[in-house]
Formats: sequence, structure tokens, C-alpha cells
Amino acid sequence: MLVTKYLRPESLSDAYKVLTEEKKSLIIAGGAWIKLSIKKIDTLISIDNLNLNQIEITKDSLEIGSMVTLRELEINKEVNELYDGILARAIHKIMGINIRNIATIGGSIMGKFPFSDIIPALLVMDTKLIFYKQGEITLEEYLETPKMEKDILLKVIIKKEKGVGFFKKVAKTPLDFSIINIAISKCNNKFKVCLGSTPYLAKLAINTMEYLNKHSKISEEIINSAIKIMIQEIKFNKNVRSSKEYKEELAKVYLKRGLKKVIAHVG
Amino acid sequence: MLVNLIVNNQNKVFSCEPGDFLLDTLRENNYLSVRRGCDTTNCGVCTVLFDGKPVPSCSLLTVKAEGHHITTVEGIQKEAEKIGKYFGDEGADQCGYCNPSLALTVYAMKKELKNPTDEEIKEYLVGNLCRCTGYIAQERAIKKYLGDKS
Repeated sequence: MLVTKYLRPESLSDAYKVLTEEKKSLIIAGGAWIKLSIKKIDTLISIDNLNLNQIEITKDSLEIGSMVTLRELEINKEVNELYDGILARAIHKIMGINIRNIATIGGSIMGKFPFSDIIPALLVMDTKLIFYKQGEITLEEYLETPKMEKDILLKVIIKKEKGVGFFKKVAKTPLDFSIINIAISKCNNKFKVCLGSTPYLAKLAINTMEYLNKHSKISEEIINSAIKIMIQEIKFNKNVRSSKEYKEELAKVYLKRGLKKVIAHVG
Repeated sequence: MLVNLIVNNQNKVFSCEPGDFLLDTLRENNYLSVRRGCDTTNCGVCTVLFDGKPVPSCSLLTVKAEGHHITTVEGIQKEAEKIGKYFGDEGADQCGYCNPSLALTVYAMKKELKNPTDEEIKEYLVGNLCRCTGYIAQERAIKKYLGDKS
């Protein structure tokens, strides 16, 4: 990889100044995927020294610094309790421990990787991002913004709620990216459903959620109708990992299993 | 540029380019037990310990390791010999190419997990591939090593 300059600023303002003033500049988080995604960059900016590697537990939320590694999250007690530990379980399925010791939550979000297992789990919870300049925006908003102004992600805030969650990653081997992944949550009697690796960037199945949330009791018939809605609203396509049809079949099966599991859990 | 690392508890200053990965820097400086495998973060054969935690050196920029402790298998010599003996006794050794990385990961696991289950052991080692042994003999050897309190 060709990097002309590497800087390690001592303050956020310095980091932001370099990021915005130098044209071909980039913040490096863990750098776990940088080798596979970037061949040449003029200025690489490290935020290692900016104290962004803490997990703070407040009364209402988990405030996760953008430089917290996936492994740190995976073994964190609070993360394991939140929504049945949906985030910890999603992280647990990402390759090996060695890569999870490098990869960070910030890098995983900012990369907007379609294969991400973390983004679906975060989307079915109440997740907000705190940026240095732009302040607070929801994760959903960030993912839907095609080209955001250059900024530094400081924190990921997940609201503490008594919800239950289901996460499934289907992959050929533990080291492979997902053929498909699905996250489902139920909190305050509201369902959230998110599909990722379709092979497009993870997306909430809004119509499916609306349909499910209209019903106070979820029967087999309602689940089958929800599956039909999900297939209509989520765009699937083939990629190197599987055909479009296979992804669709997996999504149908795991939406049904996931909903049943979530419903059974909350009684 | 110059980068200061603490390799096997020794202060070292290496000259490298900003885009160099730790695997290349270590090998250029004769840490040849750190091996190149897939070079794409998959096989784990390039694993070293970064502040005691296993990481793939093929995917960690050398400059990001500034000031940190890096441990290669030479840095855990006594434990590596112990692990090697269990591997030999159980017939878990064939070509030996993955042994240094596996020894480092098993050593880190012993420090991190208390009485791990079979499943936890397997999960900890997901990122370390061995193309010779089929893992069964390795599993026996690793369990014996983990139970060794000496």
C-alpha cells in the first residue's frame, strides 16, 4: 500500500484540520480492511492518541468510543446483556479473534461495508453516531447519506433498552463473509428487522416492520405474510458468495425462525 | 520514517515506509518466525502478539504499532517449547509452518481464558489455519498444554 504521509495528531481539532485541508486524506481506525480496499493514499491520519477507545456506561446508554475494538465489545458484560447480546453475537461470528483485536467499531461503521455483520445488529437497536463537526445523527441516517462531508466519528451511542434480539449470519466457513445476515429485535412491543449482505448495504425492512407492528399477536399466517413483504421490499442480488435465489431463500427461512425465537423469548 | 517498537521486550527502532505492514517490517529485520501466508487477514500464520493480544501482522500497519509491545514466538521461548512438546507427543506437527502463530495464539488464550470449554478453544483458534493436521491432534495437544500448571 502506498502512503505518502502518516500523521498522528494530538488533538481532535488538529486531526479534523488535516482531514479537511488535505485532499486525499483518510482517517485510519483499526486498519483491518485497509489493505483490501485502498492501494494509494496521500495522507493517513491516526486517531490512536485521541482517547476514543473507552466504553462508558451511563444510566440510559452505552457510549462506545469509535476506536474500541470488536474484541473489546464482544467480551464487554453490558454489550452481552443488551438485547440478548445481539451485538456481541454478531461480532463473535466475524473471522478470528486476531482480526477482531484490530478491527474497531468506528472503522466497521465508517467503511459502510455491505458484508458487515455489525451494522444489522446496530440498526435493530436505537443507535446514534456522534461526529466531531456534525454532532449527533442516527446510524440509519448516516448509512442513507451517499456522500457525507469529511468528519471524525467519535462515539457510537446505543440506548439501553429491555429488548430481545436474534442474529444470524450464514457463511460457508467461519472466516468467510456473510452470504446473508439478518438481525431482528423486539423492544416495547415493536419489531425491527434488518437484512445485510444481500449483497447490498444492510437495510431495515421498514414495510415488514410496519406490518408486524400492526398486530398485537403474531401468528404463523402473519409471519408468512411478513416474509412476502420482506421479499418485495428488500433488493437481493447474486454475488461471488451465492445466487440471488439462495439469498432470498435464506432470508425467508431465517426471518421465520428469528421472529419465532424473538416472540418465544418475550412470551 | 522511524518507528519505535518493543519487540520481545527489547526497544527497537525500525525504518519503514508509512504504508508498510508489520509482517514486512519484522521479516526485513530478521524476525523470520513471523511467516507470510495468505497476506489477506485470513490464515493467521503471520500472527504476533500486540500488547499481549493476537493480531495478524499482515494487516497491521507498522506505524500503528509505535510504542507498543510486539511478541514473536522467540519472546515466549519457554512456553513455546512446552507447546511444541505437547504437539510432538500428540502427533500434531507436520510441516510446522503455522506452529509459531499457533503457539502465540494458544499462549494468549491460556492467559485470557480460564478453563475454556472445547467450543471456546475452537472459537479462539478460528483465525489460525493449519492445512496439514485436521486439528484433532492439535486439539488434544492444546488441551494438555492448557491443563499444564507448571
